[in-house]
Amino acid sequence: MSESVAIPLQHRPEPVRPKPLLSNGVLGMMIFIFTEVMIFAGFISAHAVVRSQAAGQMWPPFGQPRLPVQETALNTAALLVSGLVLVVAWFAFRKERSRARIPLLLSILLGTFFVYFQGLEWVALLGEGLTIQSSSYGGFFYLIVGTHAIHAVAALIALIWAGVRLNQGRLTGSELATVSAFWYFVVLVWPVLYIKVYL
Amino acid sequence: MSETAVAVEHHADHAHDHHGSEGFLSKYVFSTDHKMIAMQYLFTGMGMAVIGGFMAYVFRMQLAFPGISVPGFGQVSPGEYNALVTNHGSIMIFWVAMPVLIAAFGNYCIPLMIGADDMVFPRINRLSYQIFLLSAVILLLSLFVQGGGFGGAWTAYPPLSAVGDYNQTSLGASMWLVAVALEFVAFLLGGINFITTLMNSRAPGMKAYDIPLVCWMIVIASILFMLSVGPLIAGAVMLLFDQTIGTGFYDPARGGDPILWQHLFWFFGHPEVYVVLLPAIGITIDIIATFARKKVFGYKMMLYTTVATGVLSFFVWAHHQFLAGIDPRMANVFTVTTLLISIPIAELCFVIIATLYGGSIRLTTPMLWALAFMAEFLIGGVTGIFLGASGADIYFHDTYFVLAHFHYTFYPIAIIGTFAAFTYWFPKMFGKMMNDTLGKIHFWGTIIPFNVIFIPLFVLGMGGQHRRIYNYEHFPELAGEGMYQLRELATYALLVMLAFQLVFFYNCIASWMRGKKAGKNPWESNTLEWTTESPPPHGNWPEGLPNVYRGPYEYAHPDREQDYWPQNEPA
Repeated sequence: MSESVAIPLQHRPEPVRPKPLLSNGVLGMMIFIFTEVMIFAGFISAHAVVRSQAAGQMWPPFGQPRLPVQETALNTAALLVSGLVLVVAWFAFRKERSRARIPLLLSILLGTFFVYFQGLEWVALLGEGLTIQSSSYGGFFYLIVGTHAIHAVAALIALIWAGVRLNQGRLTGSELATVSAFWYFVVLVWPVLYIKVYL
Repeated sequence: MSETAVAVEHHADHAHDHHGSEGFLSKYVFSTDHKMIAMQYLFTGMGMAVIGGFMAYVFRMQLAFPGISVPGFGQVSPGEYNALVTNHGSIMIFWVAMPVLIAAFGNYCIPLMIGADDMVFPRINRLSYQIFLLSAVILLLSLFVQGGGFGGAWTAYPPLSAVGDYNQTSLGASMWLVAVALEFVAFLLGGINFITTLMNSRAPGMKAYDIPLVCWMIVIASILFMLSVGPLIAGAVMLLFDQTIGTGFYDPARGGDPILWQHLFWFFGHPEVYVVLLPAIGITIDIIATFARKKVFGYKMMLYTTVATGVLSFFVWAHHQFLAGIDPRMANVFTVTTLLISIPIAELCFVIIATLYGGSIRLTTPMLWALAFMAEFLIGGVTGIFLGASGADIYFHDTYFVLAHFHYTFYPIAIIGTFAAFTYWFPKMFGKMMNDTLGKIHFWGTIIPFNVIFIPLFVLGMGGQHRRIYNYEHFPELAGEGMYQLRELATYALLVMLAFQLVFFYNCIASWMRGKKAGKNPWESNTLEWTTESPPPHGNWPEGLPNVYRGPYEYAHPDREQDYWPQNEPA
């Protein structure tokens, strides 16, 4: 390879370890959230396919109860506010850690409100005869909303863990950001599910 | 993100670093060291490969000599035959190819090749292996429950997989599905680790284009897996509910849609092919650059091509459904995308050939495996063109042509790629050299029978032999003398190939016990894993992590006396 003789020796400045763009926790959580988004995309597209093939374009199918659109809209608002309050908590944490306590608590309470009233809604719908076996309509409703509920409960547990650590003064910024990222996912995926499933 | 927070977290992640005396359990079973977890994955995967190979032996015997009492198994009933082929496919893809290529070599190589002391989440890494082991146990147990193992093919199409009355193995089917789901969870956790580690804990000075291609490939494969697995998890939950609590997601009588599963499955299933292919190509290119003593031809092109392959792989899935009743116009679109994806793959092949051109090639055992990977995978790729074209696929669909085609892709990936990587990194893993003569005997004893197994199957497929048939005697046009001779040839070749694996096991144990000491860098390679002891101690570089000054493939630089130039050597 005689023509490659002209390549000069590479000289680089003394290596330094660059500061990572995102902390390990946040990056890992974001990759996990991408996967979660694809799971919900799978559910939603399956739901759309089955809905478009419903007999006689009847959706909900004949004899199945309608979903409580208004009550859930209120719930949706509570969840969105909870996400906003968590943003407030993040900025408060950046200024002075202890000031994040109240917004974090408020966010957890609003999230719990959402989960609790969704649970009440399930009990009511079960009473009206909508079960997971009653039709593909009921099946998809409980499947999609139930998957979201599991995520919401998991995220709330993570937020409570963060709150406990905040109280002990041991919570790091990276931990709060990681836990918040998961809660933002739970908050932001819900309006999409609400529009696709309830409306 | 404040800087202190990052530092604190980094410290917390490495709180497990307790050097010194460790008990047997904490060293070998509950270790958080990436090298030990890699070994656990490797040996579990190899154990599963032995089980999968045994299954292949049993049903190949049944196909060549119908009704025979197979030595070591006994007579094969139709139900057992279905369970064997289904679990052979599932095991070889989910419990051999993925754990060995991605999890084992990813875990072993990524921290060592990018100059990190461990993965960024060591305990998640340990959890990943434990869940994987649990999934393997559940799968193996499912073979022995009432009704036998699941027999609805590894693609598990409903309604056969969803309705217990059809598949007759309601418990086996659910256990199979749970095992697959747990396996996905394990790889989800592993993939998060790989991507985060590659992004955040590279050695000082290692820029994006200084990362060895094998690390890039494993990480890109992990990203593909992350993006494609979601819809399948969604579909699997729906299938599990159909099986167990009586929902009707895939039941047309109750408003469901069985084709829906095929879309959800293959949306994952086709990227999955590239998930396992990319690490194998990465391993191959690293080995070829080392033993051709030449810089990789077109590092960046290779990387961008891989990304293009990954993107395209999300738009080809419906070529598995040309005969499932999809709209012919849609079939045309998927024919075009399927043929398009052969362009980046061909580019990868040309990069490898151009790297070999003009090199001073050293024909060691790993190099032979790497070259064989290219040659055999090429046959798999070329025969894929016939199947990607929807017109030709109408004839070839579900024949042995398809079967031979995907074995010509998966065998090079899962078996040849693994042997290439294993023989290449064996000196690093165990500190001893493998016996080269025995290695070459094993190589030829594997490659030649492999071709003798599957080339007859191409011929049988073109002759119209359908895949999912237990005994061809009831099909007069498939039970001719010539057909049976080809089947017997394939089965004899399989027996020869399996027998030659004993040479490999002997070579492993003998070399590990009393092989030649390997030293730090037996192959005179550039990448960082060869700058530490063999085997590397806990923490990888006890005297301090290396700095990186150049790319990984600076071989035969004209201004240097040595023909290699390790990445960590200052200029």
